[in-house]
Amino acid sequence: MTVTVAASLDEVLEVLEARPGAEILAGGTDFMVEVNFGHRRPRSVVCVSRLPELRGWREEGGELVLGAGLTYTEMMLPPLAERLPALAQAARTVGSPQIRNAGTLGGNLATASPAGDTLPVLAALDAVVVLRRWGGERRMPVGEFLVGPKRTALLPGEVVTEARVPVGLASGPPAVCQEFLKVGTRNAMVIAVASVALVVDWVGRRVRCALGSAGPAPIRAREAEARAESSMDWEGRRLAAADLDAFGHLAGEAARPIDDHRSTASYRRHAVTVCARRALERAMAGPGWTA
Amino acid sequence: MSGTATMTPPVVRRERVLGRDVSRPDGVPKVRGEFAFSSDLWAEGMLWGRILRSPHPSARIRSIDPSGAWRVPGVRAVLLAEDVPGQPTYGLEHADQPVFASQVVRHVGEPVAAVAADHPETARLAASAIRVDYEVLEPLVDPEAAILAPPIHPDGNVFRHLTIRHGDPSRRGEVSVEGTYEVGMQDQAFMGPESGLAIPGEDGGVDLYVSTQWLHVDRSQVAACLGLPEEKVRLHLAGVGGAFGAREDVSLQVHICLLALATRRPVKIVYSREESFFGHVHRHPARLWLRHQADREGRLVTVEAKVVLDGGAYASSSTAVISNASCFVTGPYVVPNALVEGWAVRTNNPPCGAMRGFGAVQACFGYEAQMDKLAAAVGLDPVEMRLRNALAHGDQLITGQVLRGAAPVAEVIRACAATPLPGPPVTDGPGSMALPGGAGRTAQPGRVRRGVGFAVGYKNLMYSEGFDDYSTARCRLERGLVTITCAAAEVGQGFVTLAHQIAREVLGVDQVVLAPAETSSIGSAGSTSASRQTWMSGGAVAEACRAVARKAVEVAARRLGHPGLELVEGEVVAEGGGLRVPLAEAVGDEVIEETVTYRHPGTSPLDPDGQGDAHVSFAFAAHRAVVDVDLDLGLVRVVEVATAQDVGRVLHPLQVTGQIEGGIAQGVGLAVMEEIVLEEGRVKNPSFTDYLIPTALDMPEVRIGGLIEEPEPGAPFGAKGVGEPPTISSTPAVVAAIRAATGLELSRVPVRPQDIALAAVG
Amino acid sequence: MDGLTSYRLKVNGTERQVEGAWAGESLLFVLRERLGLPGSKNACEQGECGSCSVLVDGVLVCSCLVLAASAVGTEVVTVEGLGAGGTLSFVQEAFVAEGAVQCGFCTPGLVVAVHDLLERNPDPSDLEVREAISGNLCRCTGYGRILAAVRGAQERRRSGTTPGGGLGLGSGPPSSPATPRETRG
Repeated sequence: MTVTVAASLDEVLEVLEARPGAEILAGGTDFMVEVNFGHRRPRSVVCVSRLPELRGWREEGGELVLGAGLTYTEMMLPPLAERLPALAQAARTVGSPQIRNAGTLGGNLATASPAGDTLPVLAALDAVVVLRRWGGERRMPVGEFLVGPKRTALLPGEVVTEARVPVGLASGPPAVCQEFLKVGTRNAMVIAVASVALVVDWVGRRVRCALGSAGPAPIRAREAEARAESSMDWEGRRLAAADLDAFGHLAGEAARPIDDHRSTASYRRHAVTVCARRALERAMAGPGWTA
Repeated sequence: MSGTATMTPPVVRRERVLGRDVSRPDGVPKVRGEFAFSSDLWAEGMLWGRILRSPHPSARIRSIDPSGAWRVPGVRAVLLAEDVPGQPTYGLEHADQPVFASQVVRHVGEPVAAVAADHPETARLAASAIRVDYEVLEPLVDPEAAILAPPIHPDGNVFRHLTIRHGDPSRRGEVSVEGTYEVGMQDQAFMGPESGLAIPGEDGGVDLYVSTQWLHVDRSQVAACLGLPEEKVRLHLAGVGGAFGAREDVSLQVHICLLALATRRPVKIVYSREESFFGHVHRHPARLWLRHQADREGRLVTVEAKVVLDGGAYASSSTAVISNASCFVTGPYVVPNALVEGWAVRTNNPPCGAMRGFGAVQACFGYEAQMDKLAAAVGLDPVEMRLRNALAHGDQLITGQVLRGAAPVAEVIRACAATPLPGPPVTDGPGSMALPGGAGRTAQPGRVRRGVGFAVGYKNLMYSEGFDDYSTARCRLERGLVTITCAAAEVGQGFVTLAHQIAREVLGVDQVVLAPAETSSIGSAGSTSASRQTWMSGGAVAEACRAVARKAVEVAARRLGHPGLELVEGEVVAEGGGLRVPLAEAVGDEVIEETVTYRHPGTSPLDPDGQGDAHVSFAFAAHRAVVDVDLDLGLVRVVEVATAQDVGRVLHPLQVTGQIEGGIAQGVGLAVMEEIVLEEGRVKNPSFTDYLIPTALDMPEVRIGGLIEEPEPGAPFGAKGVGEPPTISSTPAVVAAIRAATGLELSRVPVRPQDIALAAVG
Repeated sequence: MDGLTSYRLKVNGTERQVEGAWAGESLLFVLRERLGLPGSKNACEQGECGSCSVLVDGVLVCSCLVLAASAVGTEVVTVEGLGAGGTLSFVQEAFVAEGAVQCGFCTPGLVVAVHDLLERNPDPSDLEVREAISGNLCRCTGYGRILAAVRGAQERRRSGTTPGGGLGLGSGPPSSPATPRETRG
């Protein structure tokens, strides 16, 4: 195994080009577990966690650009947390403070765990993932990037550099309300049994809802979204109880959960139903993020 | 000089040290990271050992080809069953567990081979290069079916079946309640994984530095398997990162010594967390059936019970655990008539054995659910129901044993029940961290309901059923410095603090050193389990110090030419006060050393009807849990656990508090999250990612409503062990609280979110 | 096993040479087995217990999840680097005084985590403390005395006279008994 601590993104791309099979180490919170347990033995590792090009976030054109090296802890800090409260909330549920200090957005994307906590948020934000390789770049919606459990559209030689979110969805309440709810059997440091990310755009009059740990990859609950959009009193910010119920049920129906040692498919579907309804109720009530 | 002591009237006048929060002697090195745990050890030229384990719950081994391991550069030893020079099996009570499987494997994780190499990664590669050809068999995983199933071991499938028949179990009461209950498999989940360092000796023997609960019983088993005399196997206690029962059985001890002897080099093994889940026994999963009959006033008439414990593939301490589960299955209540049947059986599930509470935990979950049902059926408050039936001094247990010691059951119930209830949760609106769901912020305040539950439990202290239970300690006084030697395993509970306190108290000196615990220089101290070390090794240390005190007075009398002296608070004084000389000065250069073997009063085996004075002493506790439940998601936040406990006497308030809070944490864990999930004998969650133990955000406030100090006759300083009762009734109290909030029956622990949410939709 | 490598790490203010290490070794392994700093503990090696907590460039992380070779050029502080001149820090002092130590295996990680917390937030609420240490599992104490120790450390800091705050001097350690280190070296 060789280890390269890259000083620049170009260096990363060069190494990836020169050494097929080289693997990218970001925060290490998934990667190193596999190394420690003997499940992963890369011949070559490129460390990207200190690359200035991947750090932080910025507004660029009509988009909020989140660097792949953005840590969960950084997602929880204002002003970013005020603009993307669901992302902040999701970040807060990831592992422990130690994990949140190390783990990154790019790592969460590239690992593509069905339980990746930021993934449903990115899906609900219509995020676009930016992939760089030596001499080229691809962009694709997060829903296309996440192909299945631990599978992505990343090609050999490519690295995730950014996730881009339409700036209109990052304006914070009252224009845009975001919620993230995660069910786990412990009050902290727990893998999601099910999660729901919700973005209600009161200006654009759109509801976006994505489910986590409820299928092989984040699922957009399109029918639930459409139902909420059509039944919403957009001026009064009100929705009848029956419509809230329907939203929850349609979200639950969109889930494609499995039975495993963490929970059952039926509970996961039920939890999605409950959380989706609660998320929408909260999104109508006011700002979601309190630090 | 050596002698046997039981009880001596205390020499102590005014206690200066006992009852106070003196500092732990190992506290400073532990906070600085300088305390050496077994995994921290290092020796020049050290190799790393690794175990290859069975991936199957049941299989026949057709062949093993270790040649692949030998081809890995850096490998120094590869050992199989045929390389075990002594007894091929070991075990705490029955030697039924192979050092390495040779013909069959009976559980996932059973050791098959061991390797030693110059780097842990090399050892890992080598172990995985050993080819084992298995003929996979259908595993036997249902404990009830196991009773009659074809034996999966030459010793049969039933470790023990016992019956307790008391009074006239055909007597009927006016009110009857019945239930079946299930307890999942809990793991001790200590933080410091199994580890040790073995160093081959010049004499063909071996020095083993290891974390364990009982050095001497490990030594017996290790020596037998190595085919060495016991004196050539020298065990030293390395720093122990928690135990809770999981270090009672041998895990890596034999393997690591075999590797060190084979390579003639020091060998270290450190289990990974996953391996730790496979490498030690767990709390027995249990199925219980109970029928309680009472009169209209709620007084118990008859209790019938059947208890089946799944012991997994090997015996471990199953025979003792089922005895406890059966003896205590009617709870700390007066039960005139009882019929109890208990089975501990062998299956192809992971082996089970000791864990804090040792059979009393499983029993308590059943009988306390029954007491609540009975209270509801009779129309009594649950607390009143328990008070009405509470055992007291002089009452008889269902084993016929009369309670001769302190039994303040009503007192713990009253003190616990009188503790003020907590206020409503302080929240910052929907999704507050303080509500069920915690960081996931799922709660909707209007859909959160509070429940309160109450439970009482009890358990024996020390070993039972005629076991020759003793501890050995030596006290040496030299120029004012007292050295205590005792092989009691400090596993975190604070025996080292207590030993210091006792020596200082008895001898009135301040300079006390505790010699390292090991097997060569001192006899057995018995196990750090069964809440016994405060009594047993505390007693041995106290008696050794008293023997030194007596000798010192003699020496002083001779040297000072003054008869009628006594030792008072570190000074040799003459009656009437004519003389007052500090101890060190009074004995001068003379070294005084006394070794004492301390025994508790004897116990008897149970007769065929389960009758007999099988236990030495008992400790009782009550718990009241307050929970908030998200009715829709089934998530539970345990808000507070109040408790009162029968402690005999508080010797170190902070350590008592620590045992109570820590024990409750494990009880809360079993109630709402902790379970080793099995599927056809396979563990689905052998990691801290999926075997969940409470975090700081899950742990409730613990409110100690009362430490009932009724000195236990016969116990050194009147103190009872305090470690286990907190774990026993805290679990049923939490579940009772969840039942109160939801109205659900909830007959199984841990209670999972789906057990609530999918049963109580709406 | 392939890929042996050598590099330098700066740990507790000192440059340390690591020779002939397997490149896949975690920072935790290198600290414990190559640099003689076993204070950081190995309880899960997957970031679920916090026993191996260290500061890398002032950031609290699990050293089991840091590839040691990637930590070149950073400043690593372990539990052995807390306190000053052989004395206890406020946090260490409070852990001893409040009974927060039982088996002690989680203690070094918790001490580092609490240092980090109090550096960032000198006056945390109970819920903030619980959240901050929720990644440090303890199996002995039920956290009660640990929470008391954090409050104790807060108070010690507040009333302390030592400049520099968090890594400040305590009153000096009480005499410590021999620890079972005979086998080291």
